[in-house]
Amino acid sequence: MKPNRIKRWSVILIILIALVTLVSLLALCTGSAGILLKDIPHILFYGKGTSDYSILLDIRLPRIILGLSIGGALSLAGVLLQGMFKNPLVEPYTLGISGGASLGVCINIVFNFYGKIGIIAYPLSGFSGASLVIFLVYYLNNNTKDIKSNRMLLTGVMISYVASSLVMLLMAVSKTDDLQNIVLWIMGSLDEPNTILIKMALFGSLAGLAGSYFFCFDLNALLLGEDEAANLGVNTTRTKKFLFIIASFLTGLSVSVAGIIMFAGLIVPHFMRMIAGPDHRILLISSFLAGAAFLVLCDVIARVIISPLELPVGVITGIIGGVIFIWVLSRKQVTL
Amino acid sequence: MSQILFIDNLSFKYHEKTVLKNISFSTDPGEFVSIIGPNGCGKTTLIKIISKINKPEKGNIYINGKNIQTLSNKQLARHIAVVMQSSEPVSMSVEEYVLLGRLPFLKKYQFFESARDIALAHNYMALTGILKLAHAPINKISGGERQLAAIARALTQEPLLLILDEPTSHLDITHQIQILELISSLKKELSLSVLIVLHDLNLAAEYSDRLVLLNGKNGKIYKTGTCDQVLSEKSIQEVYNARVLIRKNPVSKKPCVFLVSQNALDKKENPVL
Repeated sequence: MKPNRIKRWSVILIILIALVTLVSLLALCTGSAGILLKDIPHILFYGKGTSDYSILLDIRLPRIILGLSIGGALSLAGVLLQGMFKNPLVEPYTLGISGGASLGVCINIVFNFYGKIGIIAYPLSGFSGASLVIFLVYYLNNNTKDIKSNRMLLTGVMISYVASSLVMLLMAVSKTDDLQNIVLWIMGSLDEPNTILIKMALFGSLAGLAGSYFFCFDLNALLLGEDEAANLGVNTTRTKKFLFIIASFLTGLSVSVAGIIMFAGLIVPHFMRMIAGPDHRILLISSFLAGAAFLVLCDVIARVIISPLELPVGVITGIIGGVIFIWVLSRKQVTL
Repeated sequence: MSQILFIDNLSFKYHEKTVLKNISFSTDPGEFVSIIGPNGCGKTTLIKIISKINKPEKGNIYINGKNIQTLSNKQLARHIAVVMQSSEPVSMSVEEYVLLGRLPFLKKYQFFESARDIALAHNYMALTGILKLAHAPINKISGGERQLAAIARALTQEPLLLILDEPTSHLDITHQIQILELISSLKKELSLSVLIVLHDLNLAAEYSDRLVLLNGKNGKIYKTGTCDQVLSEKSIQEVYNARVLIRKNPVSKKPCVFLVSQNALDKKENPVL
């Protein structure tokens, strides 16, 4: 059985890596400049200094890297949250964590923290907002016996509303410059000129992936419920605390760099669980890769669908994700 | 013989209400001990305290001579395996589910179970008769089969003490007997100490070496001892507020509890009452 499993997991990984490569290449040759795939190697090797070269390396490549990082991070956050809460409908957006992160970032813009402590203020404020919400949602629902109840989702949605109202409040009282800043940022886009933020997103999401692997067995045990996991020797309190921190970190990072991207963390884990199975040893990495490919693909769609104009990528994920959310909800039995 | 489990003067309060008070008893290797008592008398709570999910107000619990408070969750899981009352269904295969029993034994940074882990899982799946279901999803098999899978998972932990919380509830008598027969034969083969919560007094009497009868009124143990010592019409009347008849099972010679309806009691024609 064991060689069988390793074989199956390897096949899944190889397919996903191929998919990520394919989607990245597609994204590399999509855009208004009309660069063809077959010309790309020539441009990269001999075209230094040309405009095509800088379009590929300075505009498209950073955007692809950011898309891969954010897509991976959001999907991973979704897997971690779904595993912990044993609810297939939770993810950073539905639990209100993205909302909390966006409120954090808005406060940062209005009170000019980024001017005082630098660009790190963006991910930091996103992380603070995200972790605040995640603890709030957890402790408001900690006393309910039925953990699977969708009460938690409702709490999350309500927190989202409160957060977005507070964001609007901030917008109403803020100066024109800040207002423009907030609006642009809320729209959510992978078009990020700041290379430091892109590097932060890349290394941050990879660190989140590595960190979550310390808990892959604990997550497997948590599938049976918290008491059963404790009986199997898992220190559930400690594990949940660390997983909360990793999930808020990933969400805060994503939201602070790319704005709110709805449902990206919902769809991918759901399908990967069907394909790769519930074992988190394969589920974590495969969701990360699939999420990365998914978001870059959505970004390609967002760029071409009303070309030469661009849609915010969150519009595409929101439409696809929303439909799938309703589909999952309407199925009779939703089990993880 | 050395004791496997020793509970020393344990008390537990929940929201200022005494649930368990001055509980002391022990189990030996190869011994089948049943905890009985009315609903809400703290049977499941007691199990959760032994498995360190709940913290006792006072008192100590020793497993194989070691105080459980000094053991980590992982170390404890190498000694005690628990089959809980309602395992939530998850969509994993029976084999994956049973293999989770090896979690407490995985070394740090070990990413795959060893060949021995897998062999153990298969061995206990064969022993519980679910090897043929290895690749079936655990949420698609019957309740009885799921209970057998839970027992296989617990055995895969190779515990000294196997704890089961009402393993026969919601099962038909075929499966009730199958599961209790299985546990009886296991305790002999593996010289396993078994602590089991049972609702059905007749099943408890038929299979247990010893009974612990909890009294819900004060949280104390009403009586502990052999089935003959514990199961009497008087003890059932006092603990359960129910009038019953107790006769001997003609084959096993174990006490057998007969329930009598109020209607029959009112007629009072029967000379035995």
